Amino acid sequence: MTEGGAPPRTWQTCTIAGIVRQTPTIKSYFLRLAEPFVHVAGQHVDVRLTAPDGYVAMRSYSIASAPDPSGIIELAIERLADGEVSPFFHDIAVEGDEIELRGPLGGHFLWPDPAIAPILLIGAGSGVAPLMAMIRQRRARAQTVPTALLLSSRTRDEVLFADELLSTEAADPHFHLALAITREAPERASDFARRIDGAMVAAVVARLSGRPAHVFVCGSNGFANVATDGALAAGLAGASIKTERYGG
Amino acid sequence: MVTRGFTGRGSGGDQSGRIPPGQHLVDHFPVLTAGPTPRVEPEDWKFTLKVGPRPVKVWNWAEFNALPMTSMTKDIHCVTAWSKLDTRWEGVTVDDLLADAGLDRPTEFMLAHCYDGYSTNVPLADLASGKAMVALKYEGRPLPRDHGGPARLLVPHLYFWKSAKWVNGLQFTERDEAGFWELRGYHIRGDPWREQRYTND
Repeated sequence: MTEGGAPPRTWQTCTIAGIVRQTPTIKSYFLRLAEPFVHVAGQHVDVRLTAPDGYVAMRSYSIASAPDPSGIIELAIERLADGEVSPFFHDIAVEGDEIELRGPLGGHFLWPDPAIAPILLIGAGSGVAPLMAMIRQRRARAQTVPTALLLSSRTRDEVLFADELLSTEAADPHFHLALAITREAPERASDFARRIDGAMVAAVVARLSGRPAHVFVCGSNGFANVATDGALAAGLAGASIKTERYGG
Repeated sequence: MVTRGFTGRGSGGDQSGRIPPGQHLVDHFPVLTAGPTPRVEPEDWKFTLKVGPRPVKVWNWAEFNALPMTSMTKDIHCVTAWSKLDTRWEGVTVDDLLADAGLDRPTEFMLAHCYDGYSTNVPLADLASGKAMVALKYEGRPLPRDHGGPARLLVPHLYFWKSAKWVNGLQFTERDEAGFWELRGYHIRGDPWREQRYTND
């Protein structure tokens, strides 16, 4: 993890190779890198937009795609009504536009290597993005490490990557998906119809064949606190719990 | 490179040069933490000053609160690109801590240690001369748990990961020893005005 002698991560220009609407508020942006890199699932990039007057806006986005040599990464960007960068992506950016970014960044919220002991993933809304990169990396490498994802969303329509998650679960006896749908009744008996709480975290932990050795939580600060308190109450070690919280 | 169609919110405005490059202003106070939020009660709280492995002085909550209190109003800058202006803090300066322990400058480097196992390195030059404090209050009230309560380090002129939450000790080290984020891809010093975000920026 130490990069003492490593060169700095430099800015590069990438090209929007595709845009896909995923939910009413989230679109995926497929970016073709000028200088391709292979990230570790869980890492992010910094994106920088520059206005004609020189004003610069920078934001961090988790990479949602699995690490691969394609030279294309996927970012899932939610349109925030009071945002500055996400409305640009949703309302203005089109295929072929050039965007500056640098990465991959972050040396903490990383899919373990090797991945052997059970893993619990907990996310809310677009917070599933780095967890999706992990699930995709696991699938791409045909890993069988028992993995459960607890994903909270207001409605079924707003579940990011829903079809892919459902088909992954159907195809893989070692992958468990639990949706927490807060504003409507869920379709599946294995899902929950309420906000996340400690009992829910304990119930999802129990679906794994063994005690999770790694817990990854991504969402708002309030969500992350409930999720981590639930994981601690379920007897999981504090040092095994990593969080990514939205901020600023 | 100008981004086609991007004009910005225009909220940058003229802040008298108070917003470092790449940062944007926020009104709220975002919370970023790498793991669970620790629960530390003041009655269990202790703060240890060490030189190398050797503890020099330990304060409990009451003893720490009896030290001289200093107020600062500062702008703060997080590496995730938000900045917040005029935040008001109260606590004990590192100068006053060292004076109470009867220490001068045993070495030029320090590591801050925390209840959750977090650590961060800060040269003494960035802590002394009134530059930094162990903050106990934010905006006139006890520091909220989410923001590091009961106590956090406050080094406002560096990126805010240096202002370690749930701090429980400072340790003089012979060399500049990388802390938690510094070992995980972030810059060894973290000066926002020089955009020292990541390793070797």
